[in-house]
Amino acid sequence: MSELPKARIATASLAGCFGCHMAILDIDERLIELMKLVDVDRSPLTDKKRFTERCDIGIIEGGCCNEENVHVLHDFRRNCDILIALGQCAIMGGLPAMRNAIMHSDAPLRECLDEAYITGKYIRNTTHNVPNDPALPLLLDEVYPCSQVVEIDYQIPGCAPTGDVIFDTLFKLLTGKFRGFEREMIRFD
Amino acid sequence: MNNGRNGTGANGLTASSCNVAPVPQAEIAAICDRFGNDKHRMLDILYDVQDRYRSIAPATMDAIASQTDLTRIEVEGVASFYSFFSLTPKGRVTIRLCDDIVDRFCGLKDVVAAFEEVLGIKVGDTSADGAFSLETTPCIGMCDQAPAAMVNNVMLTSLTPETARAAAEALMAGQSPESLVSDRFNELSPHERAVRMVENNVRHAGAVLLGPVPEEAGLNNAVGMRPSQIINAVEESGLRGCGGAGFTTGRKWRFAASEKLDRHFVICNADEGEPGTFKDRVLLTERPHLLIEGMTIAARAVGAREGILYLRGEYVYLRELLETVLEERRRRGLLGKEILGVKGFEFDIRLQLGAGAYICGEEGALISSCEGLPGEPKTRPPFPVSRGYLGYPTVVNNVETFCHAARILGQGAKWFHAMGTEGSHGTKLFSVCGDCLNPGIYELPYGHTVWELLEMVGGADAAAVQVGGPSGTMIGRDSFHRKLTFDDLATGGAIIIFNGQRNILEIVEYYMSFFVHESCGYCTPCRVGNVFLQKAIQKFQKGLANPEDIDYLKDLSGTIIETSRCGLGMTSPNPILSTLKNFPLVYAAVSKPSKDGIRDTFDIQSAIDGARKIAKRRSYIFDKDFTQ
Amino acid sequence: MSGTEKETGFTFTIDGVEIKAHAGQTVMEAADAAGVYIPRLCDHEGLRHQGSCRVCTVKAGGRSVAACTQPAAPGQAVENETPHLTKMRRDLVEMLFHEGNHLCPICEASGNCELQAMAYRLDMTEATKFPYLEPCRALDASHPDIALDTNRCISCGRCIRASQDVDGKGVFGYVGRGIHRRVAVNGENLADTDAQVSDHAMSSEVCPVGCIIRKRVGFAVPIGEREFDKGLIGHEIEEKRK
Repeated sequence: MSELPKARIATASLAGCFGCHMAILDIDERLIELMKLVDVDRSPLTDKKRFTERCDIGIIEGGCCNEENVHVLHDFRRNCDILIALGQCAIMGGLPAMRNAIMHSDAPLRECLDEAYITGKYIRNTTHNVPNDPALPLLLDEVYPCSQVVEIDYQIPGCAPTGDVIFDTLFKLLTGKFRGFEREMIRFD
Repeated sequence: MNNGRNGTGANGLTASSCNVAPVPQAEIAAICDRFGNDKHRMLDILYDVQDRYRSIAPATMDAIASQTDLTRIEVEGVASFYSFFSLTPKGRVTIRLCDDIVDRFCGLKDVVAAFEEVLGIKVGDTSADGAFSLETTPCIGMCDQAPAAMVNNVMLTSLTPETARAAAEALMAGQSPESLVSDRFNELSPHERAVRMVENNVRHAGAVLLGPVPEEAGLNNAVGMRPSQIINAVEESGLRGCGGAGFTTGRKWRFAASEKLDRHFVICNADEGEPGTFKDRVLLTERPHLLIEGMTIAARAVGAREGILYLRGEYVYLRELLETVLEERRRRGLLGKEILGVKGFEFDIRLQLGAGAYICGEEGALISSCEGLPGEPKTRPPFPVSRGYLGYPTVVNNVETFCHAARILGQGAKWFHAMGTEGSHGTKLFSVCGDCLNPGIYELPYGHTVWELLEMVGGADAAAVQVGGPSGTMIGRDSFHRKLTFDDLATGGAIIIFNGQRNILEIVEYYMSFFVHESCGYCTPCRVGNVFLQKAIQKFQKGLANPEDIDYLKDLSGTIIETSRCGLGMTSPNPILSTLKNFPLVYAAVSKPSKDGIRDTFDIQSAIDGARKIAKRRSYIFDKDFTQ
Repeated sequence: MSGTEKETGFTFTIDGVEIKAHAGQTVMEAADAAGVYIPRLCDHEGLRHQGSCRVCTVKAGGRSVAACTQPAAPGQAVENETPHLTKMRRDLVEMLFHEGNHLCPICEASGNCELQAMAYRLDMTEATKFPYLEPCRALDASHPDIALDTNRCISCGRCIRASQDVDGKGVFGYVGRGIHRRVAVNGENLADTDAQVSDHAMSSEVCPVGCIIRKRVGFAVPIGEREFDKGLIGHEIEEKRK
């Protein structure tokens, strides 16, 4: 196994809570085993902000709620052979997608921002403004699961997925043994 | 703690119900009374309530429920199922424009515009003074004289922007819908009224139905026969159901006759809803006696004393004509007790008007509808022949089938069997419409090729023919040699012709929207799957589909066909599957692989447009001329 | 179909396993008794069979039928867990996920949800091809003890039948048609009906998803220790065979 060339992986957190990345750390001591198989390129874990070269696997946490998410996801799709959606937000929008269902007014985005920053019951926003710094990416009309923006090759379900299922899946993919999930490992929560 | 009915009766009138105008309980009670407070007559009750109050409001439903011993939610379940019932107020005159693909290709858009302009309302709206509602509705069975519209119970056909404008102006000026037909409307006979509104367009009369038909020859013979002899004759004739499914009529009757229950029913399916089909309309107009004769023969064969003629709501303009025929036959001793003087031969028919639901053409759904329920198909087994209407053995046959049966009893099984081809005996009515010179009704023996029919109708330059309506098959010129028989190209009668100018994807998308609109929603695959199919076709129309989407269409269609509960879901993917098979280039031409695995269906520009307006700035990522 | 076999049993097979049955039994009833699990959502023990979710679709005599309504027939060979049927069932479950708003991470039924558990059992783990329909119906929280989020309803109608047939009430019913068909209550809202939290229709076993919500008990059992965290849906039936 050690003779195999190492695979290059990259990770990104889009509209998620970073919980799936924390779950990667739940792999615990098996991380050492995993690191024998991979080099990590662009990732919050390495703090590399750009791809240094083409990657074998890209791992995406979170769906797309703003234009920057879409940009990053496009970048990952273009630079990775295999793209994995990690966790429910990447798979189906997750918590952020709650806004898709509550947005039923004529100006849904406006209403959403107002409630989040101005009119919400528990808001303490002394400026009474919706943040609008030019550096802030524009929000999308709704939250999109990754598979609606780019083609996704694999999904690892869970909120967050356990360290076990992440390790198991990655290990099997890297060694060409992935044939689907053990049923006991499938969780959407 | 109680039975819900009493509990909610009291509760239902608290809280928000108080804001509603008081319901004239006595009037509602009188309407329900007229139908014996019978919950099985719910459609009739709802029609009368709606005619009286222009809507079926929540408080009215409470009153109907208590009168008919139902819960309000049960009444609401029925009222909200049928397109012709409304829970919100409608205009005193409701104009329903037929929105079939054939009407669209015949200039519907300009007709709609004329109505909208004169009435000052858009499709889907009701005018502020409550005078008019303007709606669209799927095929109303007038495709040979499209565009067409229903104005309350009146039919307008062959509309042009000019005639539409004139009609709308007359209505605006306070004229009644009936006066659009004739200023002497009241003096016309029901038959005269019907043919003034709607052309029969009989282009070719065959030997069985539309040629000369001797009066009551079948029934006169049938009274001299034992029930088993009648069934034998129908079976020997080779007659198969003309509604589309093609089940052997004699066998159906035999099954029902073999059930030893004390009540049996004979139901005529005059819910001709398959877009492009209008042959039963012509029989109902020109051969109503033959139809009732056929039903009466069926009643004798299976031992039924009660029958129902289920007339689609769109054909309400024929109700009076049919009621008159029924009344006349009762008077002449052809219905009622001791028919033709034969002791113990008793049979009568009530007319049940449908209310805008294609699914009610399905046998089980039609029975549900007759029972005053939402038009949902029934679980089979048991089949209607053993447990049908109200749980009794029931024969349901199409209008044309009953007419054939009457002729078979009159002329003999051999006579009928000799026409047509092996396995497809007798003649068939074809309702031809679309891009041809002579749309209308053609009665032909089974076995003609599509070419032969096209030549007859003046449609030889057809590029595509939809045989059997949306649930049938669309074929191209390379298949026009195929035969119109049960074993090759089966059809309930619809032949829709499209020339080379027509966009196949537009037709397919329309048919999918039709099935989405008409699915009853009972089972998952039909309710949800058809919506997904329609959305997928829209992707092709927009040029955003990938080659893999072709596999997706086939795959999803397969699931819907295999898991759906009734014939609607089992055939609804046919527009897609038959065009994929016969017009593959149509799909291939508009699909392309997505570049770099990035989905074309996701449109970043429209996704950020709202935010751009709120933030009053452009995107620094996706707007090329971002300069701020 | 003749009534003479009422008491005399017969056998048929499901995926080659011999199953005992008697006349009047459905394929599913006989399978349940024999310890063979056929996936289902709208069917529930003690309630009338409805045959609407179609998840229990099996092949009998070469035809696709709903096992919950199909009468068992002597000698019939029924297919149940074939890759083809599992694939179609997965499609159906996925349709239900996409028809409503099934955001498991925020749903208090997660772990007790039969729709979710069925997705686990049917390996619903691949990237979806279906669009999301994202309904936005108002939450009905009018009742002091019960809330309704019909955005999570899968139209199984179990609450309708439980209320009518077990509780003798009729709190729920279907309204509308096609994709707009949905479960509604017998009044302006739930508080306007005679619904009680003690009704069978409101019990945790009747609503398979997180649509009927009993207030104040949602998280009494933490995520990770719930019904389907302990075993695959259907395992209690399958254990009868072991």
